[in-house]
Amino acid sequence: MISKKALYVLTFFLALLGVFTALMRHEQSGIPFLSSENKDVWMVEARIDFKAQNDTPVSLSLSLPENIPGYKLYFEQSVSAGYGFNTFMQEGHKRGEWSIREAQGKQTLYYKAQIVQDHAHTPQVEETPPVLETHAKEDILWNEAESIAAKELLAQAYAKSSDDLTFTRELIKIVAAMQEKNEGSLLLAKHEYVEVLSKLLSEAGVLHRVSLALELEDARRNQSLTPVIEVFANKQWVLFDPKNALQEQNKNFFLWTRGGKSLIELTGGNNATVNFSMVKQNMPALELAQAHFDESGFGLFSIHRLPIEEQSLFKILLLLPIGALITVFMRLLIGVKTSGTFMPVLIAMAFLQTSLFLGLLNFIVLVAIGLVLRSYLSALNLLLVARIATIIVIVIFMVALMTLVGYELGFNTGMSVAFFPIIILSWTIERMSILWEEEGAKEVMTQGGGSLLVAVLAYGVMQNGYVAHLCFNFPELNLVVVALLILMGRYTGYRLLELRRFSEFKSV
Amino acid sequence: MGRFISPFTLKKSGILGMNSRNIEFISRYNDRKLFPLVDDKLKTKLLAREYGINTPELLYVVRYQHDVYELREKLEGITSFAIKPACGSGGKGIMVIKGREGENFVKSSGALIGFEEVARHVTNILAGLHSLSGDQDVAIIETLIEADPLFENYSYQGVPDIRIIVFQGYPVMAMLRLSTKDSDGKANLHQGAVGVGIDIKTGKAINAVMHGKKVFFHPDTHHSFDTVEIPGWKELLVLACSCYEMTGLGYLGADIVLDKKHGAMLLELNARPGLSIQVANSKGLLGRLREIEKITQKRRNPKDRVEFVFDKENF
Repeated sequence: MISKKALYVLTFFLALLGVFTALMRHEQSGIPFLSSENKDVWMVEARIDFKAQNDTPVSLSLSLPENIPGYKLYFEQSVSAGYGFNTFMQEGHKRGEWSIREAQGKQTLYYKAQIVQDHAHTPQVEETPPVLETHAKEDILWNEAESIAAKELLAQAYAKSSDDLTFTRELIKIVAAMQEKNEGSLLLAKHEYVEVLSKLLSEAGVLHRVSLALELEDARRNQSLTPVIEVFANKQWVLFDPKNALQEQNKNFFLWTRGGKSLIELTGGNNATVNFSMVKQNMPALELAQAHFDESGFGLFSIHRLPIEEQSLFKILLLLPIGALITVFMRLLIGVKTSGTFMPVLIAMAFLQTSLFLGLLNFIVLVAIGLVLRSYLSALNLLLVARIATIIVIVIFMVALMTLVGYELGFNTGMSVAFFPIIILSWTIERMSILWEEEGAKEVMTQGGGSLLVAVLAYGVMQNGYVAHLCFNFPELNLVVVALLILMGRYTGYRLLELRRFSEFKSV
Repeated sequence: MGRFISPFTLKKSGILGMNSRNIEFISRYNDRKLFPLVDDKLKTKLLAREYGINTPELLYVVRYQHDVYELREKLEGITSFAIKPACGSGGKGIMVIKGREGENFVKSSGALIGFEEVARHVTNILAGLHSLSGDQDVAIIETLIEADPLFENYSYQGVPDIRIIVFQGYPVMAMLRLSTKDSDGKANLHQGAVGVGIDIKTGKAINAVMHGKKVFFHPDTHHSFDTVEIPGWKELLVLACSCYEMTGLGYLGADIVLDKKHGAMLLELNARPGLSIQVANSKGLLGRLREIEKITQKRRNPKDRVEFVFDKENF
């Protein structure tokens, strides 16, 4: 065993190395230690995949965002080996074009942009009202019954509104409600939702267009663009979410391509798809840009160099050490009993994806139902592996059921429940049920409660903006975490709860 | 309970904490590769036989499923026995047969079961139903321990056992564990069994605890613990201490039972013995452990080590 002295020296140097590297990075890359809460900076990345045809020059153009109300575009970059890249304007729209003389097989191109939410950034005023463009897609031919239904809808919306904007809002409300109740089958069954809306607006003579927008949400991968409606009024375009009439909630829509311009055009290849990833950062845009595009020293060893897709993954992954630190602290220094060593961290990660309350509720309900069903399984005398496998199936069914119930009741729990690590959950149920049989319900409550307590604490720390900022931008600080872990691992003093366990010794 | 005690008072009392036990004693004195010797009861048993340490007699080992078919034949002529999983924990999966009635077997509770049920139990053990890791296991069939009538008044079902902490071959602390109605006949303290601290020098009761609180009478039989005294104490300690040579584990807990006919017998060994023994004894382990650590002279004979402890003043 290494002596305590050597251990202290080792941990001291580890911590020192971590702090020193962080300081150097701060000096060089200018990343601030404290995040600024006032501005959200988004790194958005478009990833284009396609298959190149052999022996032909490839050229691909992607519609790019420009002049977006409420956002400022700070920096853009394309990462694509061997390709030439340039941007150009086409009929007032910005496009990026990649070209290469020869390419083979699967190709991947990246376009990275840094955008800052800036509500002061006012949309440009268009002097001349645009001509209402009609697209081939919009030309849905309605049959007689559909026309009548459409006229009725328009009349309803017209009665409740005063101008084009309020009219659009009312119309969206009606159509959205119709879809929710499955009543609009006549119109919505045959045609796309947004197309129907657009056609209705055209019939009412409202100047509008269908654009593609990106819904900004932190640490998301593999997202696609959603169609939104823009209405021209008071010499500017106003954005409407076709699913939600309330304009205030639209601020997280980032317009990627406006009007009916095609998103992607490809010659010399096929099967082109575009996926979007994004991460949110709280730091001054200029410094962030520097960090992202720094070509020297620390810049090369920075998470920021990775594609956004990987970055958003690391944003969560780099929080794990903090969660582990909390678990170790609670177990070794406080003496809280948890079921499964690092299960609390995984639960905390799940809470990060859901909200705390929903996460707790889901977890408790899932485990409770699981325990009841598991007690039924005991009677079958199954072997361990088969038993766990059965529980996994049960858990999946329960998750599906809860999602369904949530959906019917109007809560959006579905997405969040799926983030719960199903295998871990199954093991938890198995462990707790064995514990119940061997030690009784009290022990189950102690350990279950302990796990949840640690999970909530870990969640509390991990969701803190400053902690997230430090972990992500200064990964070397994890050396300090390691140093602390080593120190705690060699702590031979009493645990806090042992002071209560042995409290009888007061009299001795 | 409910109140906290200052860590300094605790330190002064020499209480061994969980972290200290794990780092300074278990991982320092117990080589990990030796753990299987005590985690597998069959290995412990065979090893004990080699070292001449008394254990309940091994009647038969069922290793494979096809052995189960011969079981009926093998059990012929044996009226009472216990079936145990070799890698079970906490008394799980133990079936006690105390007699026969015609074709049927009588369980300790008095219930009659047929041979099929015995065979099914063995099959479950083989499949690993009771083993902690869920791996395949082996079933041990051994003679039944008949508890010394001495403890008749102090136990609710189950056989009382004596836990002795042996550190580097020296006996450090002892406790008698008595099952209660609360503990469901099991002898584990955290399950509600009574722990009676036993004076390491004399074998007499010091103090008794249940659920971490002091008790003076057995909750079910209402007998006072004052008069408890273990006969043949020295021999019992020598038996426990010889487990050090047998396993090589520096810090271990030996569980010993007193049989009516055969006297002291080793039931099982534990490489991670719990800390509650300190509460039962109203005494911390740490001081005694440190005393033992100071010893430089090697004593190869367990008897010498027991005598060393007997002569020690502050034990």
